[in-house]
Amino acid sequence: MTATTDLDVERDSAFHAHDDPALDLPRRLRVRTFDEIACAVGAAIGSFAIVWLVYERLFPLAGLLGFVVAWYLTFLLLTVLLSRLANPGTTVSDRLVSAVVHGGAIVVGATVVFAASFVFVRGWPALHHLNFYTHDMAGVRPTSPLTQGGISHALVGTAIQVGLAVVIALPLGLGTAIFLTEVGGRLAHVVRTVVEAMTALPAVLAGLFVYAVLIIGLQWERDGFAVSLAMATTMIPVVARSSEVALNIVPNGLRDAGLALGASRWQTVRRVVIPTALPGLATSLILGIARIAGETAPLLIVSGATTFFNTDPFHRPMNSLPLFVFSGVRSGEPLYQTRAYGAAAVLVVFVLVLFVLTRVLSRKRSPS
Amino acid sequence: MDPGLAPADRVFRYGARGIGLVVLAITLAIGGFLGYQGVPTLHRYGLSFFTESRWLPNRDIIGLASVLLGTFEVALIALVIGIPLAFLTALYISEYAPAQLRSLFVGVIDLMAAIPAIIYGLWALFVLEPHAIDVARWLNQNLGWIPIFRSNTDADAANWARSSFSSSAFIAGIAVSMMVIPLACSVMRSVFAETPDAEREAAISLGATRFGVIRLVVLPFGRRGIIGATMLAFGRALGETIAVLLIISPAFEINFHVLSVGTMTVSALIADQFGEASKSQLSALLAAGFVLFLITLVVNTIAAVLVNRSRSGAATEI
Repeated sequence: MTATTDLDVERDSAFHAHDDPALDLPRRLRVRTFDEIACAVGAAIGSFAIVWLVYERLFPLAGLLGFVVAWYLTFLLLTVLLSRLANPGTTVSDRLVSAVVHGGAIVVGATVVFAASFVFVRGWPALHHLNFYTHDMAGVRPTSPLTQGGISHALVGTAIQVGLAVVIALPLGLGTAIFLTEVGGRLAHVVRTVVEAMTALPAVLAGLFVYAVLIIGLQWERDGFAVSLAMATTMIPVVARSSEVALNIVPNGLRDAGLALGASRWQTVRRVVIPTALPGLATSLILGIARIAGETAPLLIVSGATTFFNTDPFHRPMNSLPLFVFSGVRSGEPLYQTRAYGAAAVLVVFVLVLFVLTRVLSRKRSPS
Repeated sequence: MDPGLAPADRVFRYGARGIGLVVLAITLAIGGFLGYQGVPTLHRYGLSFFTESRWLPNRDIIGLASVLLGTFEVALIALVIGIPLAFLTALYISEYAPAQLRSLFVGVIDLMAAIPAIIYGLWALFVLEPHAIDVARWLNQNLGWIPIFRSNTDADAANWARSSFSSSAFIAGIAVSMMVIPLACSVMRSVFAETPDAEREAAISLGATRFGVIRLVVLPFGRRGIIGATMLAFGRALGETIAVLLIISPAFEINFHVLSVGTMTVSALIADQFGEASKSQLSALLAAGFVLFLITLVVNTIAAVLVNRSRSGAATEI
C-alpha cells in the first residue's frame, strides 16, 4: 500500500511540473543537488560535534569504536531531520537509505584494506631482511634475531604443494567441465549436482579424508604429496564449476560451425571451444589456486611442520606458508610472531599477484 | 552409443564421461568414507553422541552437544553481522556506485574472498578483539536482560576482567563474518544485476527515487537470491576452521552466553584434537566430521536450489 502512495506523490509532483513548460525537463537521476550535498556535509559536521560533546565530554564513555558508531547513528538522525526541512517524505527516505547503504559499503571496504595491510605493518621488521626470503629455519631458534633464518622452506613448500595440486586438479576439473557442457546426458546432471554441493565442502574435511585414507589406511608419510592431494580435493569442484561457466559462454554457433565443416566433436572441442574459452579457463584455474594457497585447516591435519628445506614431495614432511604462520602466531614468541606476520604478508602478495593475473585475463575475454 | 560415431569421438566421449565418473567417485568417497568410519562410533555411543556435552576420549565420554551448539552460535553470529553488511555492499555496488567504478568494487569484493582465512583470523585476534571486548561488555551491561547477552562475571565491577569477554563465540563470529561477506555479497550482487532493465526503467519513469527502485523492483526480484546467498554463507560459516581455532579458547560445556569466554566448533575440534588423536579418538573425530559433512551438504543443496531458481524464474521479457 505504501508503495503506491509513494509513487502517487512522485507522480503528482511530476504532473504539476508538466504544467510549466520551463520545468518540463527529464529528471536527472544521478546528479547531486546542492541541497543534497549541503545536507550530507551539515549532518556529518553536526553529528560529529554533538557526539564529541556528549560522548567525550559529558559522559565518561570511551573507545574509538563506540565513538564511530555513535557518530554514524547521530549522522543518520540528523540526515533525516535536515532533509525533512525542505523535502517530501520520499526524498527523506531515499537519503536515509542512501546513507545506510554507503555506510555498510564503507565498513566492508575499510575492512578489506585494513585486514590486508595490517600484516605488512606487523611483518615489516622481518620483511626488509633479505635473508627472510633466502634462508630456512634449520638451526635457528625462535628467539634468534630476524637477521637469521627465513621462510624459504615454507615458500618452496607452498609452491611445490600448490603446483602438484594443480597438476592433479586441473585435468580432472577441466575434464569434468567439458563432460558437463560438451557431452551431457543424465550422468552429467548427477555430476553437476554433486560437484555443486562439494564446492562448499569444508576444507578441513578434505584433509581429514586424505589423512584417514592415505596416512592411516595406506601408511603413507605426512609428506608434501599428501597435502597436494588434500588441496586437489578442495580445488577440483571449484575449477570444474568455474570452467563450466567459461565453456557455457562459448556461442553454440561456433560449435555448429565446427561440426558443419566436418570436424568431429573432439576436434571441435579442441580447436574451437577450448581456444575460445581459454581466458575464462585460465581465470578458473587461478580462482582454484587462490582458494587452496591460503588454506590452513587441511595442512594442520595432513602436513608435518619442519624447519628445514625439503624439495621432495614424496619423502619427509614439508612446511608451507599458512602452517608457518599458524605455528608462529601460536608460539607466543614475539620474534617468531613477527616472522609469522612476514610470512602472512608474503602469502597476501602471492594471492594479490594471482588476483591481478585473473583480472587481466578476464578483461581480455570481455571484448570478444 | 551412437554407432556412426568416429573412433576419436568415441574415445572423447568415454574419456570425458570417465573423468566425470572419477570426480563423482572422489566426491562421493569423501562422504562415504567419513560415514563408513563414523558409523561404528555413532553405533557405540548412540544418541548420547548428540546429547553428551563433554569430550573426554580418555574416559570414553564423547559427545557433540556443546560443540554443535558452538558451531551454530558462531555461524549465526557471523550471519547476523555479515549478511546485513554484504547486503548493503551488494546494493551499493549494483545501485549506487558510479558505473565506471563498479567493476573495481566487484574486484575488491573478489579480492576479499581470495584473502586467506588465516589473515582474517590474525586481524580479528590482534586488531579487532580489544574493541570487540568493549562492545561485548557494553552489550552485556545494557542488554544483559536478553539471555544470550548474560555473562558469567560481573561486568559492572570497577576492575572487570577483560579476559572473561575474550576468545568468545561472539569474536569468532566476527572473524567468520569477514569470510561470509564476500561470498554473500557477490551472489546477491549478481542477482541484483539481473533485475530486468525494463522494470527498473518503468519504476524510474513513474517517478520512483533510487530507494523506490530498490524497494519496488530490485528487492522483490532478488528476494530468493538474498535467501540463497544467506544459506550459502551459512554453509561456509559452519565449516570455517582456522579463524575460529585461532580465536576461541576451547570449552566443552553448554554455553548459551555467546559473549563469554570459551566455545568450540566441529571443524575447530577436528583441527585442534588431531595432533594427539589415538585410534579411538580418530574415529570419534571422523564421526564428528561426518556430522559436519551432512549439515553443510543439506545447507548448501538448499542454497544452490534457491539461487538457481531465482536466476531462472521471475525475469520478464518485453
